[in-house]
Amino acid sequence: MSFDVDVTKRLGERQIGAAFTAEDGLIVLFGPSGAGKTSTLNMIAGLLRPDRGHVRIDGETLFDSAQRVDMPVQRRRIGYVFQEPRLFPHKRVRANLLYGSHNAGRALAFDETIAFLGIGHLLDRWPRSLSGGEARRVAIGRALLAGARFLLLDEPLSSLDRPRREEIMRAIEHIRDVLRLPVLMVTHDSEEAERLGTQIVRL
Amino acid sequence: MILTPAEWEIVRLSLKVGLVAMAVTLPIAFGFAWLLARGQFPGKVLLDGLVHLPLVLPPVVTGWLLLIAFGPHGPIGAWLQGWFGVTVLFRWTGAAIAAGVMALPLMVRAIRLSIEAVDRRLESAARTLGAGPWRTFRSVTLPLSTPGVLAGAVLGFARSIGEFGATITFVSNVPGETRTLPLAIYSALQLPNGDAEVLRLALVSVALAFGALIVSELLAQRSGRGMHVL
Repeated sequence: MSFDVDVTKRLGERQIGAAFTAEDGLIVLFGPSGAGKTSTLNMIAGLLRPDRGHVRIDGETLFDSAQRVDMPVQRRRIGYVFQEPRLFPHKRVRANLLYGSHNAGRALAFDETIAFLGIGHLLDRWPRSLSGGEARRVAIGRALLAGARFLLLDEPLSSLDRPRREEIMRAIEHIRDVLRLPVLMVTHDSEEAERLGTQIVRL
Repeated sequence: MILTPAEWEIVRLSLKVGLVAMAVTLPIAFGFAWLLARGQFPGKVLLDGLVHLPLVLPPVVTGWLLLIAFGPHGPIGAWLQGWFGVTVLFRWTGAAIAAGVMALPLMVRAIRLSIEAVDRRLESAARTLGAGPWRTFRSVTLPLSTPGVLAGAVLGFARSIGEFGATITFVSNVPGETRTLPLAIYSALQLPNGDAEVLRLALVSVALAFGALIVSELLAQRSGRGMHVL
């Protein structure tokens, strides 16, 4: 899998954007707060429309301002784990996990996914009863089970204590090494970037 | 408290008018609420004002405008007469129209608030999981706004049952057809020995209005309570 991203957008006074190409593995978007990391993920996911540029994944164009291509979000098959878990509050964990699972494509096995994320015991719980680390693992599972061809992770380790961070890090390493799913991850923590990244893009 | 058969008939008619007014107005109110909460179009302020007009206009004026529109020579009245051979004047259907128009602003306000309270980040999450706009609406926006929508509906029902001014102007005070609770109370007040009837009908009105308010409040609380966990 290859990424070819070159996008810019004007947000108020600021000009944000990113340009990078990357191959398989876990790519870390690294930079200080306010560098436009989350906006870049939103532009790749299709939630924010770039003023100009292009997003190509494996040679497929998801967005290109010159060619007037702008694929709708729901057809991009990009797993997006937001900084806040954004679980659906009116659905139990199981229904959250299965929300996107009927989409075609390479859906992962349900049992296997909940096993490596360690969320099997949470299936009948409501999102509001989950801890921060649990909610984040469910959010990762939900994105994986929707048949994502790659994952966007926005600060997946922020505001968690050390044991919880370790759990999530191991889950991300599993995605990188066992599932071999390409990941684009945003962080401002150099330790995380060093440990998890196979390639680091500085913004 | 024992009501006479004629008084039961009045209660039954009022409930029918209130329920039909609410049921017909609900989808219309939802449409306006959606436009006002999410839409970006020129003339939005104008639409907002128009929808809220029955709330501040003298009810008699609203009734008179309905009379013009639905009268035999009015644009809607002539059309109904020509195509279906029906009229709503002096009929309970007309009373339901008057009640629905008067309830519209209340319902739009309640529903609009509940739509605006839905966290749009949840909608974008649904989109990234492969849901198109329609599925996102059905599975996320609608269920999360439902308690507020129901609260608005109950409020509209209560308002419909209490409608007086527009109704009596538009469809008059016809026993068994347009004489709902408030009109019956007004009529009984004109009679020399109507006091007992006024009291009984007033108590029924208070009970219905109070019950509806409590149900509406409970639903509204539910919609505001911890349903959004991020």
